[in-house]
Amino acid sequence: MSDVKKFLYLNRRAPYGTIYALESLEVVLIGAAFEQDVSLAFVDDGVFQLTNGQNTDGIGVKNFSPTFRALGDYDVQKLFVERESLEERGLSEDDLMEIVYEDEDDDWAEKPAIHVISRAEMADVMADADVVLSF
Amino acid sequence: MAYEVNGQSVACDEEGYITNLSEWSPELAEIIAKNEELEMTDDRWEVVNFLRDYYEEYQIAPAVRVLIKAAKKSMGPDKGNNKYMYELFPYGPAKQACKIAGLPKPTGCV
Repeated sequence: MSDVKKFLYLNRRAPYGTIYALESLEVVLIGAAFEQDVSLAFVDDGVFQLTNGQNTDGIGVKNFSPTFRALGDYDVQKLFVERESLEERGLSEDDLMEIVYEDEDDDWAEKPAIHVISRAEMADVMADADVVLSF
Repeated sequence: MAYEVNGQSVACDEEGYITNLSEWSPELAEIIAKNEELEMTDDRWEVVNFLRDYYEEYQIAPAVRVLIKAAKKSMGPDKGNNKYMYELFPYGPAKQACKIAGLPKPTGCV
């Protein structure tokens, strides 16, 4: 097999109002077919993409947040969320959706995909990636 | 383009995917299947219903690989494999079955 690269999809914007968040997720789903090492990062307003109880009835666009829960089926198992970005917006880990993946190597045990990490740790995640795609 | 169901017109794109997902009905599924030269057997309905449930929960039509993996889990290995799915839907389970299920073309499918 050819070399597996570490892809990091960096999400910095609110889920609605622009097309960036939805486009990012679609690229992730398409890219997942290429069996690379894929991670997602959520910083700044991007953390709103993972919040619980999104309701888009009033703005006439599709609520695509349930699709994040399908990422495990696409073998995307790492979603990093910056703690400082949450705190600056009055949010905590409890405001985020529960997203799990099934670990094939551990009898399909369900494990949490979301990891809330500090800004310093986020810098390491970014430095560690071979390719960073920013949305 | 459009399908005719009980005197009602249901709009679709040039490939036959319906435009407004809420206009789907089992009768429409039978008509789309007939256009694809497929008969809606119980086995085909099982896959179509599975896709509709998946869309309801996750708001996406899954890629073939994901469909087969998920089908393996819920329907067992006899059905969750490429051979079975392609026998039911020769032009591609995700593409053809999604069309019949009234869903958009799977993300990543060209």
